[in-house]
Amino acid sequence: MIGLAHFLTVAAIVFAIGLYGLLSKRTIVGILMSIELMLNAVNINLIAFSRFITPEVLTGQIFAIFTIAVAAAEVAVGMAMIFRVYYDRNTVHAARLDEMHW
Amino acid sequence: MNELIYTAAFYIFAAITVAAAFGVVTKTNLVHSALLLALCFIGVSGLYVLLQADFLAAVQILIYNGAIAIVFVLGTMLTRRSSWHGTNDTEVNIPSRVVIFVSGLFVVVTLGVIATTPWHYSSGVIVEDTPSLLAQLILTDYMVVMEAAAVLLLAAMIGAIVLAKGVEE
Repeated sequence: MIGLAHFLTVAAIVFAIGLYGLLSKRTIVGILMSIELMLNAVNINLIAFSRFITPEVLTGQIFAIFTIAVAAAEVAVGMAMIFRVYYDRNTVHAARLDEMHW
Repeated sequence: MNELIYTAAFYIFAAITVAAAFGVVTKTNLVHSALLLALCFIGVSGLYVLLQADFLAAVQILIYNGAIAIVFVLGTMLTRRSSWHGTNDTEVNIPSRVVIFVSGLFVVVTLGVIATTPWHYSSGVIVEDTPSLLAQLILTDYMVVMEAAAVLLLAAMIGAIVLAKGVEE
């Protein structure tokens, strides 16, 4: 019997993989991909709670829709910033973008 | 029999999702990572189908695979160096053992919380016709949030254009 805990476990594992990538990746494109993985894990959680805890109302799915909208906006702005950084500094390595590092 | 098929489908989609997500962070070629990210999104949409969120499964495929994964592939192509080798390496200056420990600790703590929390499963009727009910909710109860999301998307679009193209002065 597949219950809520199974879905939450998958989401936790995907979130931790995204966390690992976020902390360890070298290029900012890879870091942005890891953030997308984490957002997807959160969406799985929202929809699993909506299905098992409150199946008669759709609040969790509504929240997931707005999360997807925010994620799409975030990727658009993030990729634009990556293009800008690449155009200005000719690198996408996070370690070399250290002008604001003190 | 239905129960068995449901269980098998869950494990297949969960395996696809986790394996693809693992590939995204372990592959050293950025294009492989982007394509595995698309596969991971497909696995997640399969999980949505199993959770009876059919509309969101379609939205997941449309937005994540149709827009976000493609933007990642395009971004990878436009910021490429002379060779693909090592384009998605892990940072050597960051102690990977510490990062693996932090991520593993997160999984262990979360699984412990999931196992010990007493979940109150509801026995309410599951909504069958999600798209029409979602549309009704978005245009009534969540109207303000929908307008805010629209403004956010507009601002993101203008911001992306200004950032990528630059402003004429």
